[in-house]
Amino acid sequence: MKNSGIKILLNGLIKENPVFVLILGMCPTLATTSSAVNGMSMGLATLFVLFSSNIIVSILKNIIPDKVRIPAYVVIIATFVSVAEMLIHAYFPAIYESLGIFIPLIVVNCIVLGRAEAFASKNTVLSSALDGLGMGLGFTLALTLLGVVRELLGTGKVFGNIVFSENYGAIIFVLAPGAFIVLGYLIAIMNKLRKTL
Amino acid sequence: MTFIFIFISAVFVNNIVLSQFLGICPFLGVSKRMDTAIGMTGAVAFVMAIATIFTYIIQKAVLDPFHIQFLQTITFILIIAALVQLVEIVLKKISPALYQALGVYLPLITTNCTILGVALLVIKKDFNLVESVVFAISTAIGFGLALILLAGIREQLNMVKLPKGMEGIPAALITAGLLAMAFMGFAGIVR
Repeated sequence: MKNSGIKILLNGLIKENPVFVLILGMCPTLATTSSAVNGMSMGLATLFVLFSSNIIVSILKNIIPDKVRIPAYVVIIATFVSVAEMLIHAYFPAIYESLGIFIPLIVVNCIVLGRAEAFASKNTVLSSALDGLGMGLGFTLALTLLGVVRELLGTGKVFGNIVFSENYGAIIFVLAPGAFIVLGYLIAIMNKLRKTL
Repeated sequence: MTFIFIFISAVFVNNIVLSQFLGICPFLGVSKRMDTAIGMTGAVAFVMAIATIFTYIIQKAVLDPFHIQFLQTITFILIIAALVQLVEIVLKKISPALYQALGVYLPLITTNCTILGVALLVIKKDFNLVESVVFAISTAIGFGLALILLAGIREQLNMVKLPKGMEGIPAALITAGLLAMAFMGFAGIVR
């Protein structure tokens, strides 16, 4: 049991990483990673929603009628997104400003609904919680990595710490095209690594 | 004049996919072939215009007067989900031909963040109802433009040999990046 718990947790982190392998949740991945901090906060907000909604869905899985399960899941997810939105607004106003519309849009992030439907509706509360945690951490990891690369190439900083002078940064990586190009190359590298492993 | 500004801004300058990053999933998912790209664009334009009208009215008539704006996210997503179902049923009855063309794309649209994104954006930008509809339709056209451009390029990309790891999604993403770079040339036309 202990072994399989760790397996579920690691599954989301590496083997089925939502961003690099499943290619889910692309919109926030591209939009909020202009800096490492933004990427990480978006990842953590999604982690919170994924973790909580997975637990509630797996608790209620026998009560929710099969036919209306998708709308029911959406309502559960939307509730937690609203909670997350209010918490971020209250405690981290700067992050709330920079993430903007992408906080409410966690509702339509396919990973959250995808895990509720594919995992939490069929498994126990504990493993659903671990799955939510693993997937959320995998998402956070991917977003942070993308944010670090873009921030470094674009402005020469990592988490705001100067690595090299901003004059040598290519600002294009912080702007929209950079997001697509960096993510494209990161996925290509991951594909290559997974083949050789 | 405002309408023209809204149109140009939504289609070119602030293109929903290439500079706002909304609707990336269908952008990558259905851009493999031209005909699916066109079908998806039609379905999105249709649902987006209707959904924006409904969410706008609910926001102004229910959420604002009762000061329950914090229910915005839940309300909007439910309206959109219900609306997509409704559109599907009505289309099936009224126009089977259109249903045939758009049918498979409709269920996918509930989780298409462009619809919810535009519904939230028009409230944020403080548009009136007519401006909102113009904005919704222009955004859909912008989405279609990006989708069809990428589909055209990806059809050609199928014929060249790429390194193994780059095939599929990575190549599409890098192509999209180059498209986004081209669209940055429009920056500054409006405001």
